Amino acid sequence: MIQGLLGRKLGMLQTFDKEGRLRGATVIEAGPCLVTQIKTDETDGYAAVQLGFGIAKHTNKPKRGHLKRLGDLRYLREFKADDSSQHKVGDRIGVEIFQEGDRVDVTGTSIGRGFAGGVKRHGFHGGPKTHGQSDRHRAPGSIGAGGPGRVFKGMKMAGHMGAERVTVRNLEVLQSDPARGLLLVAGAVPGARHGLLKIRYTTQTLEIARNRKVEPPEEEAPKAATEEATPEAATEEAAPKTTTEEKTPEATANESEAETAADEEKS
Amino acid sequence: MELSTSILDLKPNPKIAEFRPGDTVRVHAKVVEGERERIQVFEGVVIRRRNAGSSSNFTVRRVTHEVGVERTFPIYSPRLDKVEVVRKGKVRRAKLYYLRGRTGRAARIKEAPRNR
Repeated sequence: MIQGLLGRKLGMLQTFDKEGRLRGATVIEAGPCLVTQIKTDETDGYAAVQLGFGIAKHTNKPKRGHLKRLGDLRYLREFKADDSSQHKVGDRIGVEIFQEGDRVDVTGTSIGRGFAGGVKRHGFHGGPKTHGQSDRHRAPGSIGAGGPGRVFKGMKMAGHMGAERVTVRNLEVLQSDPARGLLLVAGAVPGARHGLLKIRYTTQTLEIARNRKVEPPEEEAPKAATEEATPEAATEEAAPKTTTEEKTPEATANESEAETAADEEKS
Repeated sequence: MELSTSILDLKPNPKIAEFRPGDTVRVHAKVVEGERERIQVFEGVVIRRRNAGSSSNFTVRRVTHEVGVERTFPIYSPRLDKVEVVRKGKVRRAKLYYLRGRTGRAARIKEAPRNR
């Protein structure tokens, strides 16, 4: 079974939790992804599934050869799989693999800050603003004693910051919407809007997910899948196909309705 | 934000009357005190309304015992029970921050004609 999915960060918003408190959340366009390659112990020495996501503007010949007729996929990334033989090339995997309440790890590339000074990069306090200071406001201060006659390796100094791979662990899935291919995750996620994300089960929910049966939504042509998940198109074909899908959106809606009804009665 | 409409099914609370900045409103908010939940009423002038999808909110200002009190309520909060409009006010701007510097007669707002 595959353990994750590729997605695109769409942005953040606020939602209310059960107690009515505001919580920050991130909307991710997760999938649909196409299986582009299966790696097995026999052929590659390890089991994994390669997924493709997004539309490429240009696909070079080697990549086209690799993708065969799967379409122009922008990103290809590999995911570990318990048993990669469960999947076959051309399979479509969408948000339905995640359910409300699951815990996920999200990996992305953090926003680049360029060449940043010590104050921003390492939280240095900077120098005094007054009392005759000049050019010392954001200076790093001493970088070592005269004794060794050199600066130690790893000294915190100004330099390149951000644009690196960051993983945020154990985020709660607040909503999984296979009809629209959207995933709502509690809290923040690395990277800028429209950045590529790798979403995978955290070890805890992986156990749950292993015992869960998820039927992939029926697909038409694999080509359609790659077409930037045109919300409507995805909606109709993916809508109420699997058991999990039927549950998630409606269950949440009913719950919230029930709650408001209960509240009204109280008042 | 289109985002919140795309993923959350935001339903406006039917018990929240339509109001604008300058209106005097009575806000019924649910307050949790230990185990119990009760409704607290806060009445005052709406000095701002921020429309931003699920994070939309509005601020109500009132002056009690010569102390200005402002409370901000998220419009889609499940803890917001009801909003009634007590009086419609005629104002010429969207954010009434100028009220903060004024007291008494200077802080009055004219009543708006019925149909606007």
